[in-house]
Amino acid sequence: MNILSSFVIIPFVMLLALFFCKGMKSIRTVMVGGASLLLIMACVVTGLFLTNDHPAGEMLFVADTVWYASLHIHYTVGVDGISVLMILLSAIIVFTGVFSSWHMPREYFMWYCMLAIGVFGFFISLDLFTMFLFYEVALIPMYLLIGVWGTGPKEYSAMKLTLMLMGGSAFLLTGILGIYFTSGQSTMNLPELAGIPIPLMHQYWIFPVTFLGFGVLGALFPFHTWSPDGHASAPTAVSMLHAGVLMKLGGYGCFRVAICLMPEAAQELSWIFLILTGISVVYGAFSAVVQTDLKYINAYSSVSHCGLVLFAILMLNRTAMTGAVLQMLSHGLMTALFFALIGLIYGRTHTRDIREMGGLMRVMPFAAVCYVIAGLASLGLPGLSGFVAEMTIFVGSFRHPDLFHRVWTFVATCSIVITAVYILRTIGKILYGPLVNEHHLSLTDAAWYEKVSAVCLIACIVLLGVWPSAASQMIMNSLQPLIELWKL
Amino acid sequence: MMEYTLLIVVIPLLMFLLLASCGRGMRGQLAGWLGSLGMSAAALLSYTAAWHYFTGVGKGEESYQQILACSVEWLRFTDKLHIDLGILLDPISVMMLVVITTVSLMVHIYSLGYMKGEKGFQRYYAFLSLFSFSMLGLVVAPNIFQMYIFWELVGVSSYLLIGFYYTKPAAVAASKKAFIVTRFADLGFLAGILLLSYYTGTFDFAALTAGEGALVAGSMAGVSFMGLSAASWAMALIFMGGAGKSAMFPLHIWLPDAMEGPTPVSALIHAATMVVAGVYLVARLFPVYFFVTPGVLQLIAYLGAFTALFAAVVAITQTDIKRVLAFSTISQIAYMMVALGVSGYSGHEGLGYMATMFHLFTHAFFKALLFLGAGSVIHAVHSNEMSCMGGLRHFLPVTHITFLIACLAIAGIPPFSGFFSKDEILAAAFHHDQFLFFLLWVIAGLTAFYMFRLYYRIFRGEERPYEHTPHESPVSMLVPLGILALLSCVTGFIPFGKFVSSDGSMLVIHPEGMIALAGVVAALAGIGCARFLYRKANDRPAQIATRLHGVYTAAYHKFYLDQVWLFITKKIIFRCIATPVAWFDKHVIDASFDGLGRGTVKLAGAIKGLQSGKVQFYAFVFIVSTLLLTLWAFFY
Repeated sequence: MNILSSFVIIPFVMLLALFFCKGMKSIRTVMVGGASLLLIMACVVTGLFLTNDHPAGEMLFVADTVWYASLHIHYTVGVDGISVLMILLSAIIVFTGVFSSWHMPREYFMWYCMLAIGVFGFFISLDLFTMFLFYEVALIPMYLLIGVWGTGPKEYSAMKLTLMLMGGSAFLLTGILGIYFTSGQSTMNLPELAGIPIPLMHQYWIFPVTFLGFGVLGALFPFHTWSPDGHASAPTAVSMLHAGVLMKLGGYGCFRVAICLMPEAAQELSWIFLILTGISVVYGAFSAVVQTDLKYINAYSSVSHCGLVLFAILMLNRTAMTGAVLQMLSHGLMTALFFALIGLIYGRTHTRDIREMGGLMRVMPFAAVCYVIAGLASLGLPGLSGFVAEMTIFVGSFRHPDLFHRVWTFVATCSIVITAVYILRTIGKILYGPLVNEHHLSLTDAAWYEKVSAVCLIACIVLLGVWPSAASQMIMNSLQPLIELWKL
Repeated sequence: MMEYTLLIVVIPLLMFLLLASCGRGMRGQLAGWLGSLGMSAAALLSYTAAWHYFTGVGKGEESYQQILACSVEWLRFTDKLHIDLGILLDPISVMMLVVITTVSLMVHIYSLGYMKGEKGFQRYYAFLSLFSFSMLGLVVAPNIFQMYIFWELVGVSSYLLIGFYYTKPAAVAASKKAFIVTRFADLGFLAGILLLSYYTGTFDFAALTAGEGALVAGSMAGVSFMGLSAASWAMALIFMGGAGKSAMFPLHIWLPDAMEGPTPVSALIHAATMVVAGVYLVARLFPVYFFVTPGVLQLIAYLGAFTALFAAVVAITQTDIKRVLAFSTISQIAYMMVALGVSGYSGHEGLGYMATMFHLFTHAFFKALLFLGAGSVIHAVHSNEMSCMGGLRHFLPVTHITFLIACLAIAGIPPFSGFFSKDEILAAAFHHDQFLFFLLWVIAGLTAFYMFRLYYRIFRGEERPYEHTPHESPVSMLVPLGILALLSCVTGFIPFGKFVSSDGSMLVIHPEGMIALAGVVAALAGIGCARFLYRKANDRPAQIATRLHGVYTAAYHKFYLDQVWLFITKKIIFRCIATPVAWFDKHVIDASFDGLGRGTVKLAGAIKGLQSGKVQFYAFVFIVSTLLLTLWAFFY
């Protein structure tokens, strides 16, 4: 059996095992065991990938099974450096997410496994249709997870999120069919498709449609409004997984499908989306400044940070794209940490309104320190992951020979100041200062399982921030074929 | 051969990690002692390095050379462009190592007494170590990106330390303000780095400054944007970063508020080390500024002179002793900037450069001494306000003597250290631009005046009815005061030009009698005025204040720049940009998607009648449409 398929099989087995679980104890055993196994497998794959001597950009561990021959739909898996990192990120967040949803019932975890199947399946797929299939598998559980176990106006948010993302996938499906039919109806395999030039006339409509389809999930302005409401209503671990991994599906898809398959149109039309993503970056940051709900602040912050991912992808050079993938990793880790901590705070104070909190540093020092670290990562403190990602993006984007791109890059860099404003505002309000609510004095600090989740994420953030060269090298190598293509 | 210098940077980092991870469990003052021990090791290593460098390793044929003690590639951007982390030793970085480790060690020891029994004692020492690490990493940076990395780290350590008393809203606000203002300045720094690296393809200081900045001049020649050459843009933007950290007008507004932090922190960060980072940055890139963008250097000189004058005027009116010292710091750093701005390159032309570094060196010690002395006073009377002080010389004899020495040093009275360095600055300015010289001369007088105003109001004058009799500070606080006082007395005699100069060659300084005399006269005049007005309690200061009504009030309120800052952040950013953006998001974008949803429901409601299930109706529609189609086919 192919090693990559285990990422789909393990969550599936977990899902089956959950049927036979009775008490909380057995549920947790299954979830922790399965999630740890996934994490170990992800580390093993990373290790194998790094030790495998292969030409830059080649897909490894490829396996191919015919699924529906007449439409050339195969179940094809394989990874390059970028997908390996994405799998690692997903495994970390699935693992920590389990600890952050410690008291949830069995059915919740079943959907959670389903979500994991979709996410992992998406990242390992090399077949356009299978990829789309897993994409849908990842979206549907979201509706139930938010609609059933959420808070606040959960039905509304769940409906909005699902409908908007489904709208996106309608575009996507059109794009995928367009790619298939205009490339000669011979294959759905991504690396093979990359070798078949799509007529430029068709690229001009398929590229925007595909980019938009994935862009909705990547919170592209103005299709981002599902994100704040969705995050705010979702239960903790779902927010973590959603912001941490699911939004990365958007960026990854934009890169793997829209850019890689239609490089000519990408070069011609990127400016349209560049304007939109640039707006996302600054607009998201400004919106976050006035929010009073912790989850809204981080949702808008995600709009800004994910905007930067798409922004960098569209710069179409190696450095900026490397930065985009680093930013996906970094944003995934730190938003997951943010949402884990917000869940922790909300679970104790029963409010997410920053005006009703204050001085929590004294009451729950561990959680507060973690929150400060997450904040510092978000505003790009060197030594934490955010800095590496942002700097790679800015340096890369600024290397674009066109003046418009460079000026626009400068506009995007302004977000680092606005980010500092909303992060410090939040930290200053809820953690520092005098205690606002006397009842908060009796609150307890993080429990052990919450600590596990926070410490894991912080360790990864620091690791990526201090030693970025391995990850950055992996990404750069994977981009090699694309760069060579553009030079021609 | 000087690889051990790596330890100078690494030891504080290890201390930080140790104290941050296990500090909470440490009892009593263990954390403080550990921190001090680590810092003394770093200080000893710096002294060894300085000795090594200046007496042997660094000496080339005629001038000092740059030594890359170690370097590793950290992050690769393109085939050519990458960030290295390393240690660059040259006269100014070695000098900075000595300054930082010395002052930091003094502050570590002093804090053992000052912070004793404070909640968060361990945290305090952890942050101090973090700051020392960042600052040391900044000065040894061999490339501009490493400098930017540590620049940000320094900013965060400063943020953490200003907000040390995090339950005090004023401290929280001050830390936030400091971070955001300097972040804004750093945005310029970053943009400058991007511009510079885009054209030159390197971050390396050595490559940028080599051959009179030929690389910058060559690669950026002919490129201009909005009427200004690209090189000027880049260098001006980089200076913006420096102006933020070094509190140049109008980005100085964070520094007075930063005094909310513990006093020893103000001594270390906001007087001696971090705030001179901007000066250091300009000095690092000096050949580029001088040869490629002289216009920017001119700007630096005039902006510096204005800031120095402005801050000196404000300092005269402040009543909080730490704020007086804060404005004095702004003024003195701007003084250094002016000297850089008027400096030439090579030989005696480069006097201003050498004077800047000299003043940076002496200022670090006497300003740290002033702050620590102020800390000792505050420790005794539990207030920052001058009105709560007076006649303290009987109660605090040691503090009194050391504070007096520091005041004499900053005023520029021989033979204290400030005299020598200030004299060089005045001489450099005199030979470059007589107007700037005159301004600096006036500022020298003002400096002496406000420092002795401070001195007389704290230590002389009437004794106040103190609630508790003020008592002298513990030995752990007095020892650093003594050492720094000693340094303030002797550092002036160092033949500084032999070690540090613009082009690395050894410079012999010839003191100029007339300029020295002019400086001393200004200082004495300032001291005389202060003595006349403040020696004994009288109503003369109040009368003058009333007579100068508008000017005095404006200066007392720091010329209302804090209000401008509040206006910009609260009104413009919050009300006029962020709030409308959020409104637009909710009521336009979000609402249109909601509208789309509602529209779909409505449309469905409108057409659902068609699917009524009544067969007669279906048959009716079928027949009518068939008829209509037939007619249509018939006529066309």
